[in-house]
Order: sequence, then C-alpha cells, then structure tokens
Amino acid sequence: MSTDTWSLYTLMKKSRLFEEAVGRLWHEGLISGEMHLGTGEEAIVAGVVSQLEPGDAMALDHRGTAALLMRGCDPVLLLRELLGREDGLCGGWGGHMHLASKEHLASCSGIVGAAGPTAVGFALAAESLRPGAIAVAFFGEGAVNQGMLMESIHLAAEWNLPVLFVCKDDGWAITTQRGPLFDESLADRVRGLGARYLSVDGVEVEEVWRAGQNALERARAGKGPTFLHARCVHLEGHFLGFMLLRMTRNPFRGGPGMTASLARSLLTPGGGTLRERLAGLRRVLSTLLATLRDPRQKPSNDPLTRARLALLTDPARLQALEAQLQEDVSAIVVAALQEAAA
Amino acid sequence: MKTMRFSEAIDSALGQAMHQDPRVLLLGEDAPLLRRNLLVRFGPKRVRGTPISESAFVGAAVAAAMGGLRPVVEVYMVDFLGVAMDALLNHAAKIEAFTGGKWTAPVVVRAPCGGGYGDGGQHEQSLWGWLAHIPGLTVVVPSTPADAGGLIFAALQHDGPVIFLEHKLLSETYLEFLGSGGRRTVHYDVPAEGARGPVPRTWEPIPFGKAVLRRQGTHLTLVSVGVGVHRALEAARILEGEGISAAVLDLRTLTPLDKEALVEEAARTGCVLVIDEDYETFGLSGEIAAVLMEAGVPFRYARVCTKTTIPYARGLEDHALPNVERIRAAAAEMLHTERA
Repeated sequence: MSTDTWSLYTLMKKSRLFEEAVGRLWHEGLISGEMHLGTGEEAIVAGVVSQLEPGDAMALDHRGTAALLMRGCDPVLLLRELLGREDGLCGGWGGHMHLASKEHLASCSGIVGAAGPTAVGFALAAESLRPGAIAVAFFGEGAVNQGMLMESIHLAAEWNLPVLFVCKDDGWAITTQRGPLFDESLADRVRGLGARYLSVDGVEVEEVWRAGQNALERARAGKGPTFLHARCVHLEGHFLGFMLLRMTRNPFRGGPGMTASLARSLLTPGGGTLRERLAGLRRVLSTLLATLRDPRQKPSNDPLTRARLALLTDPARLQALEAQLQEDVSAIVVAALQEAAA
Repeated sequence: MKTMRFSEAIDSALGQAMHQDPRVLLLGEDAPLLRRNLLVRFGPKRVRGTPISESAFVGAAVAAAMGGLRPVVEVYMVDFLGVAMDALLNHAAKIEAFTGGKWTAPVVVRAPCGGGYGDGGQHEQSLWGWLAHIPGLTVVVPSTPADAGGLIFAALQHDGPVIFLEHKLLSETYLEFLGSGGRRTVHYDVPAEGARGPVPRTWEPIPFGKAVLRRQGTHLTLVSVGVGVHRALEAARILEGEGISAAVLDLRTLTPLDKEALVEEAARTGCVLVIDEDYETFGLSGEIAAVLMEAGVPFRYARVCTKTTIPYARGLEDHALPNVERIRAAAAEMLHTERA
C-alpha cells in the first residue's frame, strides 16, 4: 500500500477545523478548565491512526481529541463531551483529558507517561484475544523521562508485544525545554530498553505514514515493539491560554506586572549573591526568549501547510474538499450545540 | 493591614524561610517559571526545575531531607502524587519509625488540590484523607493566606515530612494557569476571604494540630478544611436567616488532628456536620466521627462530602462537590429532625 495524500490531508484538515472550533468554544467560556489542542501534531496522528485496523487499541495522553476523531469516533458526541454535556461521549464525566471509547479500544489519561503501560496492557490482551491487532501509545517527549513509560518500553520489548510507541516531540514539557541530554541520548535510551527506534520529521505526514507502516507491519507479524520519534510544533503551546504564549504575543498585557515583580524580587534584601540572582534571572529570560523565537509562526512547521503543497496540483479539487470539510465541521458544531432531546 | 493573595503568601513565607535557612531549596515541575520570583532572588541552585519524573524527584527530595537539606518539592497536582506515592508511603513516612526516632525526612511536599473549575476527575481530587491515613505524614490544608504562609513556615521547621495542600480555587497562580488561561468568559466560585487576606509583617510558624473557630454558633458546628471552610461559612450565613446558629471550625491540619477542639465543639453544640471535599468513605469525615465516639460525647452527626469520581461537566461537578446548598440542606435536616 502507498500513501494517499488526499485522504491523509482530509483527516488532518478535518481535525484542524474541529479543534479550531473547540478553541473558539473554549474562548467563549463554553468549555471549562484546561484545553490541550493537537493543532500542529496532526501529521503524526494521521500518519499512524489512518493505518489502524478494527481491534487495534490506542492509549492516548491529555491531547487525545485528534486521535479519537481520526479513528472514527462520533464527532458530535466528542464535541458534546468537551462541552460537558450529559449526552456527550462519556456522559459529561470525562472531559477532554479523560476521553474514552470502549468501542474503539481508546483511552486517554492526563497522567504523563500513563500511555506506556496502557498500551502494553492493550497489546497483551490483543496477543491472545485479537491476534494480529496492535496497540499504539501517543505521548510527548516530556513523558519519556517518566519511569513508567521507560519501564513499559522495556516490558513490551521483553515480552515482544505488538506496541507502537509514538513520541510527539514538540520540545517543551509545559514550560520546560527539552535538554541537550535528551536529544543526544534518546535513540540509545530506547534501544537500551530493547525497542526498535525510528525518527521522522513529524511535520511530513507521508514520512510518518511510511515509518508507521513499517512499524505496524512488524508489530502485527510478531516482531515486537517500535518507538517512533516525530518532531512537531504545538501551534497553541502547551494548552489554550498558555501563559508563555500570551506573554510573548501580547507583552503589554502580562509583561509589565511580571517585570515589576521580577525586579522587586531581584532587589529584595536577603537571598543569593548577585551572581546567583543574575543566573536566576537568565533562567527566566531564556524561557521567555525561547518562546519569543516562536517556531509556530513559520508556515513550514505546520503539517497542513506542508501536505497542502503537494495537493496544489489540483486546486479545484482541493478547494472543493476544504469547503466540504468546513461545511461538515460547521454542521458538527451546530449539532453538538443543539439542546438535548427532552 | 498588609494583605496578600493565597499563593503569594506561601511564596512570601518560603522566601523568608529560604533567607533564614540556607538548607531550604525548592524543586519541582516548571519551578523556574512558577516560582520565578524566588528564582531571581535565590538563584538556580535553590530553585530547581525538574523533568516530568515524579517518582525520581519526589523520592530524591525525601532522601535529600534525610541528607540534611530542607527541600520543598512541588508537583503540579496532588493527583500526580500517585506516580510518586512510594517515596511518601514507604520512605518519607517510615524512616523515623524504622530508626527508633533517630532519623527523619523533613521534606515538604507542596501540591495544588481540589476542584470547582471543570478539569475532571484525574485533576481535581483532594486526597488529604488518603495521605493522612499513613502514620508519619503531616497533612496541612490551609484556608486563608495567613494560614497558608504560617503553616508552610511551620512545615519548614518541622522534623518530619509534611504534605502541604494548596487549593486551586484559592491559588491565583493555579486558577489562572489551569482554569481561566486569561479568559474573562469563565466564572469560578472563588471564596474571596480565602483568595486574599491579611498577613503578618513577618511570618511566624502556626502550630500544627490547632483548629480555629471561624464563626461562633450554638445549634450545630460545621467542621471543614480548605475551600470547604468558606462554603461552610457561606451556608452558616444563610442558615442564620432560617433561625439556625451554626459555628464553623477550620481544622487547618488533618494530621495532627485537633481532637480537643472537636470534642469541645461536639460537647457544646451536640451537633456536628462535617464538610469534606475529599471522598466520603474511609476518610476525614469518618475519622471525626470515630474520634468523637471514642471521647464518649453524645452528638448528632452528618456529613457532606464528595461521594464519586469528580465529574467534568460543571453542573455535575458542582453537585458532586460539597456546595453551599448541600450544606444548608444537611444542616437544616439535622436540626429539623432533632427538633421534631
């Protein structure tokens, strides 16, 4: 089988439009609490999820909406759940970090790294109950420092289980940047735990698809787990309303307050030496500066922009497709917002 | 009178403690940003960010405390302590007993807790009863900025491990970070007196195990911690209009538990209503009943607690958590049946 960019783009674009609608509803206050969008990681999700078969399982993180949508979960039920409605996918009990669909063998968790053991368990069940089926775990690069995830990679390798560990690496664990140690050692770390390691550009959907195909074929054939590392950029940062992005996008709103309190703290009597204080200030500034060098603004970091380039050969078809998807998502939003039947 | 917001008071007390005691250091997820003001005052050796590796850094904080430091280790939410529970359950809580009292782990675990902002059941738990169940752990749940500062200051002078739970509805830092995200379109029921309040010029330790009577009353005593104290106070104001005089007792720490104050209140009003945002079964509310029965005071008892996993939907969530109406109704029912 070869990639079909049109169908991959359709999955990604629909997910993007859906999540953009979610973002608007969140800003309007119709969705409470945190909201982690998957905008920017669609190529990674689509490249893998598009190849799943009935009986395959997904262990998702706190950013699982796109994967569920692409897996075929009812979008109206999904959106109603995010809206906290009792007629939502989980009866309003789960919410966006705790989505689950038994029908799709898909379960989210807000505990970083929990996708690891969950995927191993799903794979163990598949091995005896659904031969040929696999389990995929989606997580961020921050999760790779979590003991339970590293232990799971090792366990999957030790038991030769059909697991695909997918690391969506955007370089940031909330406000903590991935360190150089991580980059240098990840492949060795994964291989040391006994799994196969592949790394792709997670912005290129076809590249993800090909690596996914290879890993899934091996897993289905009983050749054990693969760890797929894929770089991406989260277009909205860690979550909607992310403080660092708000600061850098609109420095005049949050900036002055933060600067004043930092200056006060820097000058408060009693504390570290001047050298230590300046080192502390550098640490804070480096985080802000790293956010200022915003990779989100580069269109080449958007997987949809990249995939779209290949489709411009047929602009009429592309335009029709995008118009259709926009219409579909608008209809989903309207349906989701409709009053529940009495 | 000087006033501060809740988390500001904690950080202020931490600053004073760090200045007075060079052994105090902070570590935790995103600490460089969340505690940026302390970072620029004390430098990166004393305010350290950690990878998302709770079992490693909480466990390391416990042993660093055994090694002579006074670490304050912060996790994003008390729910995430599940990942690091071994360090607390089997190590921090045990070392003093294992050594016949010769060695302790004076570590402070600072963790946001509680719900009311629609984040769902894996991110809004209280869990103080679960933690207080373990001998060897001190569990602190402040309800005002002054208590928050004074109790964390005390925690840093305490010889053993202290779990310091900071309710997210009271914490301006966490509620903004996790709840509103800069939006003005969402509303949370934040108790104003808990979110900002008077604080002392210089922090003094508040002794553990000393409850405070927040409101005098004669017909019944509402007992709670954290945000529950403010819900109880609001219910008491409404009950007053119905001719019911309710006292409100703020326990402030679960372990040690101020049994004396509980017994005194139960003896005085003869009627105890526990408001606990933590789970109902096998927790604080049951413990209070047991303590009072052991003391042999005759008393009527009821409780308003969280009975299920906390639902995500705001309407369901409000009903699941001890809200003012549930408290009012429970109190009215207790007194109504008593009078009948």
